[in-house]
Amino acid sequence: MATSTPPALPPLRPAGGAPPARKRRANESVSTWRWTDRIGYVLMWGAGLLVCAIGLSIVVYMMFRGLQYLRPSLIFSHPQAGLDQSKTGGFLDPLLGTILLTVLGITIAVPIAIGAATWIVEYGRPTWLARLVDSGIEIIAGTPDIVIALFGLVLFQQGIFGWMSFTAQGGAVFGRSFLTAGCMMSLIAMPMVFAATREGLQAIPGHVREASYALGKTKAATIRRVLLPSVKANISTGAALGMGRIAGDTAIVVVLLGATLTLDPEGGVPGLKVLKGTGGTLTSFVYNNSPAGEGNAPQKAYAAAFVLLLIVVALNFAVDLIARSGAKTGLETSRLGAK
Amino acid sequence: MLERLREPWTDRRAERVLGALACLVLLIIIFMIVFVALRAWPSFRENGLSWFSAKGNADVQMSRMVNSGANPTNADYQFGAWPLIFGTLLTTVFATVLGLVFSLLSAIFIVEFAPEGIRRLIVPVVRLLAAVPSVIYGLIGILVLTPFVGNHLISSGRKKSVEFVIQLSGTSLLVAVVILTIMITPIMIAITVDGLYAIPRAWKEGAVALGVNRWRAMWTVTVRAARPAIMAGAVLATARALGEAIMIAMVSGAKAFSPNPADGLTFIFEPMNTLAANIVQNSESINAPAMQATLYATALLLLVGGFALSLGSWIAKQPLKKYGTRA
Amino acid sequence: MIERDEQQAGMRHASDPRGEILPPPVRRIRVDGPPTVALPPQAEAVIDGDGLSATTMPGAGTMPARPQRGVAGRERMSLKTLSVFYGDNEAVKGVSLSIREGEVLALIGPSGCGKTTLLRTLNRLTELTPSARRAGVIRIDGTDVDDIEVTALRRRVSMVFQQPNPFPMSIFDNVAYALREQGAKRPSKKVLEPYVIEALGRAGLLDEVKDKLDHPALRLSGGQQQRLCIARALAAGPEVLLMDEPCSALDPKSTAVIEDLIVELRSSLAVVIVTHNLQQAYRVGDHVAFMYLGDLVEYGPTEQVFSAPKAERTRDYVRGSFG
Repeated sequence: MATSTPPALPPLRPAGGAPPARKRRANESVSTWRWTDRIGYVLMWGAGLLVCAIGLSIVVYMMFRGLQYLRPSLIFSHPQAGLDQSKTGGFLDPLLGTILLTVLGITIAVPIAIGAATWIVEYGRPTWLARLVDSGIEIIAGTPDIVIALFGLVLFQQGIFGWMSFTAQGGAVFGRSFLTAGCMMSLIAMPMVFAATREGLQAIPGHVREASYALGKTKAATIRRVLLPSVKANISTGAALGMGRIAGDTAIVVVLLGATLTLDPEGGVPGLKVLKGTGGTLTSFVYNNSPAGEGNAPQKAYAAAFVLLLIVVALNFAVDLIARSGAKTGLETSRLGAK
Repeated sequence: MLERLREPWTDRRAERVLGALACLVLLIIIFMIVFVALRAWPSFRENGLSWFSAKGNADVQMSRMVNSGANPTNADYQFGAWPLIFGTLLTTVFATVLGLVFSLLSAIFIVEFAPEGIRRLIVPVVRLLAAVPSVIYGLIGILVLTPFVGNHLISSGRKKSVEFVIQLSGTSLLVAVVILTIMITPIMIAITVDGLYAIPRAWKEGAVALGVNRWRAMWTVTVRAARPAIMAGAVLATARALGEAIMIAMVSGAKAFSPNPADGLTFIFEPMNTLAANIVQNSESINAPAMQATLYATALLLLVGGFALSLGSWIAKQPLKKYGTRA
Repeated sequence: MIERDEQQAGMRHASDPRGEILPPPVRRIRVDGPPTVALPPQAEAVIDGDGLSATTMPGAGTMPARPQRGVAGRERMSLKTLSVFYGDNEAVKGVSLSIREGEVLALIGPSGCGKTTLLRTLNRLTELTPSARRAGVIRIDGTDVDDIEVTALRRRVSMVFQQPNPFPMSIFDNVAYALREQGAKRPSKKVLEPYVIEALGRAGLLDEVKDKLDHPALRLSGGQQQRLCIARALAAGPEVLLMDEPCSALDPKSTAVIEDLIVELRSSLAVVIVTHNLQQAYRVGDHVAFMYLGDLVEYGPTEQVFSAPKAERTRDYVRGSFG
């Protein structure tokens, strides 16, 4: 019936030492390939190395120039209008402008994006509407930022939005302010938060929802208490990406924020007056101080560009950190993957 | 009412609220098209189809619009956008084609052939390049590349040859295309790499087991199966190239000049301008009604162009779905 | 022996804490009846009239006689003390085998014994894994495998995988793939057509797809896809066909079709098949090699390995004591 003893183990082979080194063999040598393949292979290596070279040189050059021209006094002093821009003032106002605009933009974008993503994944009826909304967000993602800026201008120059910016005596609405620019910036960031949230929600397996329903919770409560907290990492990733995009955008700033040197508050309500007023950001500062703008102070442009680059890189680094800590709980976001 | 917000939401209410947020998106798009078209109408009304043609020097036309002030006559609306359209087409097509080749090769490199050390370097580099704002690319362009091209690449003989038509100073089509390519390649690389990784390895292994070398196997099986993803990346990159305003505004020379292919190689050294860059450069004078209508007409054209791109890519993807490639 | 009486049904159980009335039992449980135990089958060797022996397999009763054994021809590939290392782990330990044309060699053994690694080493597919190292000699027709260009080797030694993996192309393109990509110039469709038809015929798929050659290959059923992969492997005219558990993902009917196919193919090729299905090895294999934890434990003709194995471990595995 049953075997009595387990089978005997083979005699222990003497430890052969380290595995043998790879001996020379007729490997897949490129010289045997067709000539088209060989050209492709060489071009491929060239492309890969060129990408590395260009990327590294851009980073190194910006760091070099930035460190060369950046002084702490620049960060903490206000820009001053003056004939010789290279000697006067810093970029505190544009820096504040960048921060303010980014916070404003992402604050408006996140609820709309989460709402839309949740509706599409969890409800999504009727189906034609869901597909339409999906395409809609893709269209917004693909629209050039200059077109969004012009749209913002025409939208916020209508009378009903007069409260958002400076309104002249005759009723003409200026249309340019932090509030209006912030609203349009939210359109820039929204597709990223939407995509990240939707990916996260779709990745949650069905049994999690079923378990919640089985305990008697409504769908709304499930979404609020179970699903959305578990995609926090995805939402944060999308938000960080969106903030990076807002911080780097120039066209909307130039058109919808006035791109002035300093923050020019409007009206008398403290707090709100800054939002209703115009200003500039680091991006418009760089643009204005480059030979393409009026300032012609390339040193300050480099310094401001360096700070801007630091902010954007920090945001993208945050994306990595969030993704890695989120991966520990089993949620993965793939941006070139951790492969 | 605050009490109603505090009590547990019913599913119906939640669905309606969330649905409303989703539909807000659709409303935004509809409003965008309508409002932009409304403001663009005067320009099309005055020019008709000749809006798209070359009607003389576009720069002259635009300065006339600025000078016309608050009450422009019909003549002030005259505008021929062809130099700008031509510039946009040139930069977009060149940058997309170059970028496609470049990014496809790099993506194959990253996925299959790169040694581990290089792969660990190239992936963060690509991600970094994708995140750099366009104004920084423009800064490098105008402070580094443009002087280099103007002083070292363009010989004085060349400058003399087109002296009577246009000044060659380094701000040129070449710089615009080069930087635009560098800008759009990282996005395409990222999407292509994701697409290549999504193809089952079993297919490539089967091809290699049949005695086909790794490059060929990669190209004829994996890349072929990933064509929808590659196309999606290309469309995204083209859309970005089409709408790129700031960087081109900084490096291209701000002259609405159509580079002349008949000039031979000098063609790439000639300045040009694109539709999007033109909007940015003239945005301070947007209050003048004639200028406003023209700029909004340009924006409408860009919007429609973007739609056409998405539609075209959707059409192009359909036949690919037949053989089971992941579309 | 407690026998629960039906009359007690419906009455409250004294120790029932809930004090509820229990429902009556659904059936009577007779716990004092005689036990019925299934007796183990007796291993018998039954000699057939033809002189072929039919062996009983554990739990299967008497098996039908095996089909005619393949006639072994000349030696195609030979392995001498082949060892394969993944990093420091020795997956195959000093195996020596001979692969002959005209017969099927079945590699059997429990999971992790190294049979798939051995198979993949035969066409140098293990080189795709960065940590793999090889020691020992593999010869094909007398030439060391390392001296042949690897893509040329893989055209002479073709492989069929466990999961059917037809390319996302048409059926014609799938079979013609190897032929198209080999040469310096791409042959035209007309030139390729007879080769494709012949390969599909040899794989037994021609009748089913004769008029659908342009259809996508992924729309075929699992068994058809696997036969398509076999056709694809045959199209390049290989000398040795390696099969890595080709039927494990298929239903019994497709399995039978493919097994018949293998028996037909062996007359023109050398076939090496890895299988964890002992019955399949018995049906299809002419020689059987049993591997355990990287060692080649036993190698011999099928009847001998299954009916009178020399090693005790072989006997235990073949009887189903472990695996």
